[in-house]
Amino acid sequence: MIVVENLHKTYSTGLGRKGKKGKDNGNGKGDGDRNSNRNGDVKALNGVTFRVNKGEIHGIIGPDGAGKSTLFRILTSLLLPDEGPSKVTVAGYDVVRDFREIRQIIGYMPGRFSLYQDLTVEENLNFFATLFNTTVKENYHVIKDIYGQIEPFKDRRAGALSGGMKQKLALSCALVHRPTVLFLDEPTTGVDPVSRQEFWEILDRLSEQGITILVSTAYMDEANRCTRISLMQAGRFMATDTPKGITESYDELLWSVEGERMPALLAELRAHPDVKTAFAFGDNHHVTVKERLSVDALREYLTGKGFNEVRVTPIEPTVEDAFMKASMEVLNGNE
Amino acid sequence: MKTLKFLIEKEFKQMFRNPLIANLIIFFPTMVLLVFPWAITFEVNNIRVDVVDHGKGSYSKRLTDKVEASPYFILNDTPPDYETAMQAMERGEIDMIVEIPTTFDRDIVKQQSSRVGLAVNSVNGSVGLLGSNYMTQIVNDLSRELASELLHKTSHAQMKAPPSLPRLTIEQRYRFNPQMDYKLFMIPGFFVIILTILCGILPALNIVLEKENGTIHQINVTPVHKAWFILAKLIPYWTIGLIAFIIAIFVAYLIYGLWPAGSIFTVLFSGIVFIISVSGMGIIISNYSETLQQAAFLVIFFILIIILLSGMFTPISSMPIWAQAIAAINPFTYLTSALRMIYLNGSSLADVSTNLLMLALFSLLLNGWAVLSYKKRG
Repeated sequence: MIVVENLHKTYSTGLGRKGKKGKDNGNGKGDGDRNSNRNGDVKALNGVTFRVNKGEIHGIIGPDGAGKSTLFRILTSLLLPDEGPSKVTVAGYDVVRDFREIRQIIGYMPGRFSLYQDLTVEENLNFFATLFNTTVKENYHVIKDIYGQIEPFKDRRAGALSGGMKQKLALSCALVHRPTVLFLDEPTTGVDPVSRQEFWEILDRLSEQGITILVSTAYMDEANRCTRISLMQAGRFMATDTPKGITESYDELLWSVEGERMPALLAELRAHPDVKTAFAFGDNHHVTVKERLSVDALREYLTGKGFNEVRVTPIEPTVEDAFMKASMEVLNGNE
Repeated sequence: MKTLKFLIEKEFKQMFRNPLIANLIIFFPTMVLLVFPWAITFEVNNIRVDVVDHGKGSYSKRLTDKVEASPYFILNDTPPDYETAMQAMERGEIDMIVEIPTTFDRDIVKQQSSRVGLAVNSVNGSVGLLGSNYMTQIVNDLSRELASELLHKTSHAQMKAPPSLPRLTIEQRYRFNPQMDYKLFMIPGFFVIILTILCGILPALNIVLEKENGTIHQINVTPVHKAWFILAKLIPYWTIGLIAFIIAIFVAYLIYGLWPAGSIFTVLFSGIVFIISVSGMGIIISNYSETLQQAAFLVIFFILIIILLSGMFTPISSMPIWAQAIAAINPFTYLTSALRMIYLNGSSLADVSTNLLMLALFSLLLNGWAVLSYKKRG
């Protein structure tokens, strides 16, 4: 459904008008970790290539500033890609040439709530339905699951809704014309865990109806809910595979280290000659080590350094571990 | 077409949900016409004067009385010497000093003339200029009165025919605005300001607000044609602009008794042509600003230039050539002059056709530019 080959996008940051900050939906993302040349041009996308099949939920996983929103804005025909030998199509339509057709068949939910706050829930929904020459009634079956939850508040102004309800309304509006491809740019950012859970269940049902979904997120734990994921960093795709495939291809020795004085412990781990990487992961540290190091040896070493009750356990890698590894490789490769 | 209807419907819904805009339609033109014509006036009144009367005779007393009686002057004090008066001027208490010499009375009787000293604080140039003009008038008046009185006395005493001196007077006649009422001259200008704000600035800010809220992207990913989107933004403001214009015309009639000497339809027609050009200007401003702050700055910048260089306050003919050139490419100039012609001179549609053609040309240029510079994607 979505084919992207060798996609580049460069922002010239000469003067604010055409600048990145202004056009990027006003969400003021930093571009600190992107490649920038001496003219101040910023390479937001650097040769992105991937493919999404019909009915898939494809996740773009990457930190803020990786270029996710830029990618979405090109795919939704809001932004033109750099000229060059690239190929970007959505449902067979070229994003530059056939933008009119694309706008008929896609639904887009930007990262920031962008509906009319001074119109009611129902008015917003009706308005977006009419822009596509359809009605809420005609496509009610598509949005029933989601809109049903906020329908009791249909006379309330959108600006007065809670965060979770705003998100459901935004999704309803993006779906009301029964799109074949749905673009969700960080839909769960700033949403509580229960609503996030609900939201992913909704996406599963939409995918069952044959709607292709491209979703970006900075939450690694959501990666497992996607059919396939792409790891994105600094305008590049580092890997594209199923979540399982991503973790299975992880070929490092990975241990979890827990103990007291965690920040000092992390510093000590990084200083160890046989530890390749060490990162804080919530309440424990994930370390990758060289093969000659054993669990016991590391524990004894740390105890010797004055850390008591240190637990070192080999663990299965997660998507986040794979992401850290891949992004270290990209960063080292850049140097 | 159906999409356009829905878009317009949405704009009106939002407009009437915003109490500010609903109030603006009625109160804005009324307030502008109630307040501004009184405040923005070039008539200079209430000039504060000190009279230093060294002569202290009956004629110099008459001069002082005349100053006091004049509507233009307020007699502040009659200090004993010039120094005291000068100090008052330095403190900003007075604008003008009239110094009557010791020999004033005697000179008048003897030579039938005398000299009066005038010192004017011309920090405010128009007060200085007009104040001294008014004062000269008063002194001339007095001297004419005295001359005729003296002549009368002499002629009675000597029983001789008075020597008939040939006298030339210039009689000025002011056409079209016989009372030289500055308010009548200004009101057509205020109509232009009202139309500009309602039909040019408000839609511009509205579009930029959609950009700032991100809602414009949500529209941009739909198949809606950009021309529909812009048109749907403008039509509601055209409507309220026209309503406010009509209200303003009636307010001007009720309060100032000002009704076009020409046809009311010519007034409205000129207004409509102007509305289209000024809303194009608004769209251009909105296309080049990403935030309300940028738009507000652009609006203030352009509005100042456009209002000051339109002949609304100062005659274009007295501007330097380069400023006249700017005024010539300023839509304000053409509507202001057209409205004044229709209102005061009673001009017909044919008389103002040059102005209207220029406005139509601006409408084409500005709106063409507006449509070309509006992009649904970056």
